[in-house]
Amino acid sequence: MAFTLYTLIQTAILCTNAIAVLHEERFLSKIGWGVDQGVGGFGDDPGVKAQVLNLIRSVRTVMRVFNSVEKSFP
Amino acid sequence: MDYTATQSGSRQQANMRLRNSSMDGSDGSQLFEDTSRAGSGSQTGYRNQQAGPQAAGFPGQSLLSDPMSNLAMAYGSSLASQGREMVDKNLDRFIPISKLKYYFAVDTVYVGKKLGLLVFPYMHENWEVSYQQDTPVAPRFDVNAPDLYIPAMGFITYVLVAGLALGTQNRFSPELLGVQASSALVWLIMEVLAVLLSLYLVTVNTDLTTIDLLAFSGYKYVGMIVGVVAGLLFGKPAYYLSLLWCCVAIFVFMIRTLRLKLLSEAAAEGRLVRGARNQLRMYLTMSIAAAQPIFMYWLTYHLIR
Repeated sequence: MAFTLYTLIQTAILCTNAIAVLHEERFLSKIGWGVDQGVGGFGDDPGVKAQVLNLIRSVRTVMRVFNSVEKSFP
Repeated sequence: MDYTATQSGSRQQANMRLRNSSMDGSDGSQLFEDTSRAGSGSQTGYRNQQAGPQAAGFPGQSLLSDPMSNLAMAYGSSLASQGREMVDKNLDRFIPISKLKYYFAVDTVYVGKKLGLLVFPYMHENWEVSYQQDTPVAPRFDVNAPDLYIPAMGFITYVLVAGLALGTQNRFSPELLGVQASSALVWLIMEVLAVLLSLYLVTVNTDLTTIDLLAFSGYKYVGMIVGVVAGLLFGKPAYYLSLLWCCVAIFVFMIRTLRLKLLSEAAAEGRLVRGARNQLRMYLTMSIAAAQPIFMYWLTYHLIR
């Protein structure tokens, strides 16, 4: 399989896009992955599910910042 | 009159203080010394500028004795050192050069021992990295410390051996070298990113840095090279046998190395510790170690036909 660096960049962009287009109300809450269902315990063991939800939420927040910065350009 | 006299007097006092402190701070920053020398040079330069046009007429005047060019050289060298400091500071922000130097502090004995360990890790007993006052010891003094020399050399040798293998089958063209190199590099980057992601998800508190993971993922190139060379010399059965041996060896090597870094103290010593977290960590170690033989086969099977 001939992978190039360009395919790596493509993969990264497509994965980030996939995380960014997950709809909050229609999808994530339905399967119990909403932002209000993540952070439960404050013990020293967050667990895999809490880490995944945190990751999704932070990626979406960063993308929202980029989106608002890009919107301000005419 | 008195006003100007006191002003010039105070300026002279300031100059005296500057020159005195420059004498005291002679081991201070080089910049400070340069400007004081340039300052005194400028005063002599201004005084000699009237004599300059007459002195430059002499044909035997060498370039270095001209005070103006002295001043220019001093200023240029101070500017160059300033520029170098700025470049070093900014480059260090992106690529930690000082940390990289640790990984290349190797010598021949270490490389020999480490290569032997990668191919035959069964007799080695003590796998712990020795520390020296909270910092890990350089790889030169500890055979268990990860380094980047072997992975870097292994990667380059793998690309060259792949070119050789393709050449013996009349499939070689110079672009294929670049294709092999970028392909292997991309797989390496993806593997390191996958390991980083899984370490984040399992919330392991470890002192493994990204460069450490890069080093561990790069150790499999040694086994790949051994397999491909054996296949080139002795044919397909030799390739499969040597690849199998190197796969098992790197599996054992990774498990024994990562066990100490990822698992808790009790589990690392071999005692059975129950609990979901330790089980997850054990699975993580096993999967990282199992990914190495898979990649080793994946990146070499198309070279031996």
